[in-house]
Amino acid sequence: MAPLVSIENLTVAFDGVAVLHGIDLQVERGEALGLVGESGSGKSVTWLAALGLLPMATSVGGRVRLEGADILGAPPGKLDRIRGGRIAMIFQDPASALNPVLPVGKQIGESLVLHRGLSGASIRSEARHLLDLVGIPDPERRLSSYPHEFSGGQNQRIMIAMALAGNPDLLVADEPTTALDATIQSQILELIGRVRRETGMALVLISHDLGVVAENCDRVAVMYAGRIVEEAAADELFADPRHPYTLGLTGALPPIDGPRRRLTAIPGMVPNPKAMPPGCAFAPRCSSSDRRCEDKPPRLRAIGERRRIACVLETGALHPPLLEAAAE
Amino acid sequence: MTAPLVKVDAIVRSYRMRTGMFGRVADLRAVDGVSFDIRRGETLGLVGESGSGKSTTGRMVLGLEAPDSGSVAFEQAAMPAIGSAPWRSQRARMQMIFQDPLGALDRRWTIARQVREPLDIHAIGDDASRAVRVDELLHSVGLAHDQGLRYPHELSGGQRQRAVIARALATRPDFLVCDEPVSALDVSIQAQVINLLIDLQAELGLTMLFISHDLRVVRQISRRVAVMYLGRIVELGDADHLFAAPQHPYTRALVSASPAPGRRNAERIVLTGDPPNPAARPAGCAFHPRCSHAFARCRMESPKLVEIAPDRSVACHLLDAGTVPAAASEAAA
Repeated sequence: MAPLVSIENLTVAFDGVAVLHGIDLQVERGEALGLVGESGSGKSVTWLAALGLLPMATSVGGRVRLEGADILGAPPGKLDRIRGGRIAMIFQDPASALNPVLPVGKQIGESLVLHRGLSGASIRSEARHLLDLVGIPDPERRLSSYPHEFSGGQNQRIMIAMALAGNPDLLVADEPTTALDATIQSQILELIGRVRRETGMALVLISHDLGVVAENCDRVAVMYAGRIVEEAAADELFADPRHPYTLGLTGALPPIDGPRRRLTAIPGMVPNPKAMPPGCAFAPRCSSSDRRCEDKPPRLRAIGERRRIACVLETGALHPPLLEAAAE
Repeated sequence: MTAPLVKVDAIVRSYRMRTGMFGRVADLRAVDGVSFDIRRGETLGLVGESGSGKSTTGRMVLGLEAPDSGSVAFEQAAMPAIGSAPWRSQRARMQMIFQDPLGALDRRWTIARQVREPLDIHAIGDDASRAVRVDELLHSVGLAHDQGLRYPHELSGGQRQRAVIARALATRPDFLVCDEPVSALDVSIQAQVINLLIDLQAELGLTMLFISHDLRVVRQISRRVAVMYLGRIVELGDADHLFAAPQHPYTRALVSASPAPGRRNAERIVLTGDPPNPAARPAGCAFHPRCSHAFARCRMESPKLVEIAPDRSVACHLLDAGTVPAAASEAAA
């Protein structure tokens, strides 16, 4: 059976500057896929491009298929039924994604009319049911409240309610908890987890936070400078990171318990997309890089079951020097 | 033991705010009786969520804002009146680093000129020695001389934060207040800046108040940690012990809400209810509406911060009632 969503060799360029260099990614039905990377790594652009949400002037290449049917460059009418109906997306800042001058009940109702074809009194009762589902107290009365009358966490709940209105098969959550406090973040993640258990919806969780992704995803893809550099099951990836960048990221994260260690700061910074190194984009910051890294970008290759890595270095030889650096 | 460098005693700060355009005027207590000491050369971490009053506390400790009541003492002397001559000269001894380096820097000035400005203001050294000092400062934060000639928009976020740190260190301050200094930075850059702050502190013997919502970052850099909730400290203690065996139900929820790779869906405590709103502070213990252990006394009486073990204070009635013994024995171990 075809995967739910399959992205093949997706490329994106803004004004001739390439920011995505061929992304291959699959999302299976019901699974939770995490996409981690730092700002500018292309994790959001991947999904904005796949769903046709980038400005017209952007050049997008490659192929995106939903259950085998091409959706990249599909006519607007078809895309409108997919976005919100099959694949819903929520963003970091719920307050700016909601319409400030429309009561939330109306906004949820719009999705219900568009994607479920409801009308009349059933809209209101279904909107109330959705608000209840996402844990807004007193949903009947709150349907007529405006976004500013809710807290940030509640607005994100409302965004989730809107996303769920079309009964999507996939929810793409782009940094859904980054703007929220820690205790509210765990409420929202718990809510998304509960909805997934109840509906079997698949999830793509885009985040810069390794911990959030580790706790909420089955599989994780790590992105760097417009490419996937490593992909593995979540527990494997964090227990045994193979790519030097993934290893660097896990070493840069301060531990919450156990002995304190000096953080392995990855030196330097992410390359400018206008001046990408000809070889591996991470090579200039990589402590294990050698001449082999300088010619051409490494191919993302399979190194085990459902495990891929884009690094030419022998994985066995990769560990000792980096672990020493971590222990320093 | 020597006297603490900074002594904060029961500081309170309220703001007046109006509910709605014609609504009644209400007092919003941002900070409600906070006390702590910071010993010389030590870093105290201050954690809490938005609205907990941690930034307001930082501003009062630095003397940028006067408390309504209570006092802040620096080297056992009370804070001089804001704007007075002694207050101005004291600015050279204490500095602040903010979250947003682009907002803290002047976009029309080169980095070197901004790093030099405190030296000019406080008339430290002559022209030549100031130029030397600027290069020295840039070097100490890992910036090259050339980068000093650039403007803020030409640097990356991490480099800008380094520039802000260099400027803060220009007058050789004793005390640094860092308010979310790495929150806007990516993980790999964040680690660079944290390492830099730890190195500089060891090298210069700085005393720091480190404010952050990020428990991991605070633990990495602090020796002691204070946890704030709605304007009060609910728990205070040694950083390692506090996060290993949190005593206050809020600290426990906070620690459990901090996701960790390799600890997937471990016994996560999810708090119910809304984030704290300082404009509608609940009666009794401010945390009781979200606390699963709350009992009658919590709704009526606000708990005091009590020392329960050496270097550990907690403000919770449960500890009097003896209902959270498990974690207490862990802390003692």
